[in-house]
Amino acid sequence: MTAAPSPGPVHVRARGWGWRHAGRRAFAARHLDLDLRPGERVLLLGASGAGKSTVLHGLAGLLGSHDEGEQEGALLLDGAPPAAARGRAGLVLQDPETQVVLARVGDEVAFAAENLAVPREEIWRRVGRALDDVGLDLPLDHPTTALSGGQKQRLALASVLAMEPGLLLLDEPTANLDPEGVLEVRDAVVRVLDRTGATLVVVEHRVAVWADVVDRVIVLDAAGGILADGTPGTVLGQEDTRARLASAGVWVPGRPPAVGGTVPSGPGGGTLLSAEGLGVARTRRGRVAVGDLDLQVRSGGALSITGPNGAGKSTAVLTLGGLLRPRAGRLSAAPALAGTAGSDPFRWRSAQLVQRIGTVFQEPEHQFLTASVEDELAFGPRQAGAVDPARSGAVAERLRLTHLLKANPFTLSGGEKRRLSVATMLATAPRVLILDEPTFGQDALTWAELVTLLRELVDDGVAVLSVTHDAEFIAALGGATLHISGGAGRLVAR
Amino acid sequence: MSGDYLTPVLTGRTLLRANPVSKLFAAVAITLALLASIDWVSAAVVLACELALMPLLGISIGGLARRIWPLLVAAVVGAYGTALLAEKTGAVLLDAGPFLFTEGSVAAGVAVGLRGLGLALPGIFILLTTDPTDLADALAQKLHLPHRFVLGGLAALRLVGLLVEQWETLGLARHARGIGSDGSVLARARNLLGQSFGLIVQAIRRATRLATAMEARGFGGASRTWARTSTFSGLDAVVAGVGLLIAAGAVTAARLAGTWNFLLS
Repeated sequence: MTAAPSPGPVHVRARGWGWRHAGRRAFAARHLDLDLRPGERVLLLGASGAGKSTVLHGLAGLLGSHDEGEQEGALLLDGAPPAAARGRAGLVLQDPETQVVLARVGDEVAFAAENLAVPREEIWRRVGRALDDVGLDLPLDHPTTALSGGQKQRLALASVLAMEPGLLLLDEPTANLDPEGVLEVRDAVVRVLDRTGATLVVVEHRVAVWADVVDRVIVLDAAGGILADGTPGTVLGQEDTRARLASAGVWVPGRPPAVGGTVPSGPGGGTLLSAEGLGVARTRRGRVAVGDLDLQVRSGGALSITGPNGAGKSTAVLTLGGLLRPRAGRLSAAPALAGTAGSDPFRWRSAQLVQRIGTVFQEPEHQFLTASVEDELAFGPRQAGAVDPARSGAVAERLRLTHLLKANPFTLSGGEKRRLSVATMLATAPRVLILDEPTFGQDALTWAELVTLLRELVDDGVAVLSVTHDAEFIAALGGATLHISGGAGRLVAR
Repeated sequence: MSGDYLTPVLTGRTLLRANPVSKLFAAVAITLALLASIDWVSAAVVLACELALMPLLGISIGGLARRIWPLLVAAVVGAYGTALLAEKTGAVLLDAGPFLFTEGSVAAGVAVGLRGLGLALPGIFILLTTDPTDLADALAQKLHLPHRFVLGGLAALRLVGLLVEQWETLGLARHARGIGSDGSVLARARNLLGQSFGLIVQAIRRATRLATAMEARGFGGASRTWARTSTFSGLDAVVAGVGLLIAAGAVTAARLAGTWNFLLS
């Protein structure tokens, strides 16, 4: 059996299409009427919960049987339902870490072609070309675990390309990447499209990355149907559309999200934590990720920690947060922070730590411990033996969680989960707040709320440390920047 | 500690090139011979052959001992316990009150210890000398196991490797929330239980995402091709033959020595 010759770019048609996930009352996407010409490059926008991912999953043929949900209307690729057109659409997902299936780069790219029963010689021809297309110049037996985030996303793209899809679907492919990774992936996509002519549908909050390379922008209405549809110039140029997009949380170029407060000034006040010759490592005997850090964490000061993926930024803040044992040198807490506890944060008991240093992990779900938002907010104070319903209530109010108090944390949207993970840490009023990539994958509304809140905290004398790639975030918070690369940290004062 | 089970550090120049199916065949032959009888002669022959083969396979004895020392301890403990408790036949070797060892009981103890090690080593040899991806290819192409099953297992193996890392991250994340490994025994047990539950939740979510990514790449269709061919060579005949030879040698030696006790008879 030989594989059919690749039949070229796909024509997409939706007629009154909608999908309701099993067990949900509301439709995730509804009343969708759409025609995409073969080869068209489309940026799909919309507020959180407008159904962008659902549309992509539908096009990829992943919304399957009746027990998974209910479909209405029709969604067709070249006249056929997506499930019947296996291999015609290729989907790249957001998180580079959860998409890798196999151990070696060559096998990973071959995987999709194998699944489509492509003959062996043809598979390796496609593997070579796909890796070329995405600019991954690596040996076929290179371990997939040794890749950076940007490389992993390009590998996922190559793997999808090996199917020779006529429709390329990208679900926030650059949301979790550092700035270099973003451009790497975007440019690889453009190269691929120029060669294959495939139809493209990309979902992304950060419009500026894609606005120049697409020829059509479609905005989904959260209430169903389409809010705006046209060339990037028209859709992103009309003032009323721009305003509506901005209020839906889309990053509109030239329209920064409205942030409250002002950029905190000055280096901050009294020292809370000081690191002297601090060396950090993930494990007790493991490799030193960053050595010789000398810095002061000051009350009312902001510190942004930047650097390429894998440089050891997370390890550094986990150590500063008293969670990992310093590998070398010293980390000591000043009496103003330590109070009755000792000066070594790593030796603090959990209940002491939670009142002094709050660490917000990159993945909010890792820190959810209870079955309701209300219990999450009460948990920290109860552990610390300092229950204060008024403060919990104020924190919930401040982070717009009041209407969700009874909800299960795991069922919240991405933005809500992020807000809750910050709120749980604020509930015990720590003097130091540490955040690992707080703005990854967040829409403009959540971003603005977060920045406003952090500015207020800094003004109130809290020390805010953030690991981030986000230049706008760094500018908005002011303070100093610690750049980590090549095993060393360099402090850049503003 | 590396949690990446899909790219393990492999040793053994020779066995690495053999097809996993022939290695499995040899291991099964040896295992069956050992399972058939509990006697020290057959166990000793198997173990001696396995140890003698190690230099040839490129596995260093010191390196192996460092990895499997818990097994060595278990084998010694098992042998001692058996010698102490087994039926006391033959001449008395040591009589110190409750500690009574006879020729018969010591022979049984030695048999149990040697047999345990002899059973464990072939599996360990396979683990040390086999790339999981090659194993999956061989199982699907040579033994014709269903590809969904084989590749699902391979993908799951990768997730198992990530569990170690996730467990550590969860521990830190919980410590930061104010719940850690301090407090009473009861509090610690509760924390451990909560962390285990958290790990299960994360593992399921991760597996679901991986399944979606696999499905998005056309996984799950009726027919499938394989980019890598799983082949047999002369080496595989040798590997399978050596396995059979060891098994047959062990049985023959035990029968000649008169220690053979066929468990199914």
